[in-house]
Amino acid sequence: MSTAISAAAPTTLPLGKALNAGLRRALENDPKVVLLGEDIGKLGGVFRITDGLQKDFGPNRVIDTPLAESGIIGTAVGLAMRGYRPVCEIQFDGFIYPGFDQIVSQVAKLHYRTSGNVKMPITIRVPYGGGIGAIEHHSESPEGYFAATAGLRVVTCSNASDAQTMIQQAIASDDPVLFFEPKRRYWEKGQIDPAAETSPLHRARVVAPGTDVTVVAYGPLVTTALQAAKVAADEGRSVEVIDLRSISPLDVDTVAASVQRTGRLVITHEAPVFLGIGAEIAARIGERCFYHLEAPVARVGGFTVPYPPAKLEEHFLPDVDRILDAVDRTFTA
Amino acid sequence: MCPAATQSLSKDVPLFDTDEIVQLITETGQRRTHPDFSAWVEDIDLTELRALYEDLVVVRRIDAEATALQRQGELGLWAPLLGQEAAQVGSARALDPGDFVFASYREHGVAYCRDVDPTHMLRFWRGSTHSGWNPFDYNMTTPAIIVGAQALHATGYALGMQFDGSDGAAITYFGDGATSQGDISEAFGFAASFNAPVVFFCQNNQWAISEPVSLQSRVSIAARGRGFGVPSVRVDGNDVLAVIAVTRAALERAREGSGPTLIEAVTYRMGPHTTSDDPTRYRPAALDEEWKRKDPLDRIRALLDSAGAIDDTYLAAVQQRADDTAAALRRGCLETVEPEPMSLFDNVYAEPHPLVDEERRQFAAYLDSFEGTDA
Repeated sequence: MSTAISAAAPTTLPLGKALNAGLRRALENDPKVVLLGEDIGKLGGVFRITDGLQKDFGPNRVIDTPLAESGIIGTAVGLAMRGYRPVCEIQFDGFIYPGFDQIVSQVAKLHYRTSGNVKMPITIRVPYGGGIGAIEHHSESPEGYFAATAGLRVVTCSNASDAQTMIQQAIASDDPVLFFEPKRRYWEKGQIDPAAETSPLHRARVVAPGTDVTVVAYGPLVTTALQAAKVAADEGRSVEVIDLRSISPLDVDTVAASVQRTGRLVITHEAPVFLGIGAEIAARIGERCFYHLEAPVARVGGFTVPYPPAKLEEHFLPDVDRILDAVDRTFTA
Repeated sequence: MCPAATQSLSKDVPLFDTDEIVQLITETGQRRTHPDFSAWVEDIDLTELRALYEDLVVVRRIDAEATALQRQGELGLWAPLLGQEAAQVGSARALDPGDFVFASYREHGVAYCRDVDPTHMLRFWRGSTHSGWNPFDYNMTTPAIIVGAQALHATGYALGMQFDGSDGAAITYFGDGATSQGDISEAFGFAASFNAPVVFFCQNNQWAISEPVSLQSRVSIAARGRGFGVPSVRVDGNDVLAVIAVTRAALERAREGSGPTLIEAVTYRMGPHTTSDDPTRYRPAALDEEWKRKDPLDRIRALLDSAGAIDDTYLAAVQQRADDTAAALRRGCLETVEPEPMSLFDNVYAEPHPLVDEERRQFAAYLDSFEGTDA
């Protein structure tokens, strides 16, 4: 068994490989960590995130399951009660719904329901979002459903360093964590920052400082937001980009501190705007920063339509231009 | 069914592949033998049978008292088990303390056999808590309302037992209606594929609220298990001895590494689904009368009577014990310490959560604002 990442030497890895390294470390560090999901064994998962792990840790640690999402989550509940720390892989975002009841009725509530006697240290990994030209049910952003359920933590990584660190933090958490992986960023390389491990799982991070407007993004759109900030800078506008990282709990403090500096806020995510995470942030920033805001909070997200066919997704997904358009609106409002 | 008492009995784990209904005590209270299952209860003598009868009487009394407490407004709801005492007591008495029970919401008799204080059972139905006891104190989960979900939990737990090299087993209880849920099918599939040491115990009480079992399944519930490769058996759920026998054999299959078993205990819910239900709207009275003749308490009492193992003194002592338990239950229910408002925020998460903490602070300040007022 080899550990791909050493804490001392900075390494560059694609986000997907960084997740694999994080999972490997978690399996090494705690014999109670078990992975379960469809095709995660010999195949290494359809995105190869679990590549090589069954070979090194055996079929009782990296378990190929029948094709049944409720079964995957429900058996994870029992394993957790037996003292294991299950990590479930849901193959694609749109496949999570058959497991929805086990997640929101059981995983989320058992700790509360049992007055804290039963812990649910379960991590549910979900490759999510669009931009890879997939067929239907393969490109959705269902994070809002889970963020709306008390008892769950919902996080998403946007870069290799966070991917490697956050997956380990999620597995180490005694709470259930929905871990959303931006599938279109799996192949994007990034440097693994050893210092990242000290950042708590629930904390948002300013990934690009700026003074004129705050853009909040998470998961796949952090890269897009950074690209927009660069274009804006060329046009003489200073954009501060925040990577939310955690969707539940929301780190409102970090966003509010930024808005108090910039006076303007744009929020972007792939999920439809209506009742999306952006709505929650806008409401809370309205409460906290009313007198600092120079303009209404702007949101850029998916439309109120089902995720469209691949040939239309470039119009559905927020891109640099739509983010810049929203930035402009906060200056002209 | 083979009534030949002379046939030698072996305690080999039988094949659970029959749709016959295994019975060891007839409806009129006669012992009968079964070539596969009699051996599993040959240690149960009259003394043991008397203890089982006491269990049945006490459990029925707990149920009656809880139903009365609901009618008197002390409980929001109760799910009576009337008629299902033998299925619950028989299966629970077959368990070892180290086995883990994943219950539904009607298993008051199982909880009683796991030594759960009956008062604690009521807290859930009173609305004072979602649980009432620590599952790990009794190796038994607290009520599960979403029918069928717990069968997957049992399967996962059993898988963990298998990984640990434990010789324990998990058992999960559900009703005939739950077998229509996907989770039960998924649990059968997972358990069979992984050879998990789990016993699926279906109390087929004939009714899923108003819907008869014929609406849930066109084949026996046991046949559903076999389709997944889960060996299955039907047992007379009103025959406490037969239920013990098949459960012991199924647990042995689990312990020896032979995997899951499905038991379909054919019984009848004599009362309503819950205290909010009105079975007279959907159930012919004649059917109730028919099942009354199969009462699980009557038949073991008839057996003990014909063996000369009971008399009025004994019956009075059993009744006294049941009444004492009911009195303690009532006292405990009325003395329940209700939760404080701020406990609303406890245990949502295992680790600190800033937004829950914020709401806790805000609500505490709101409550404090009433200090010194009449509100």
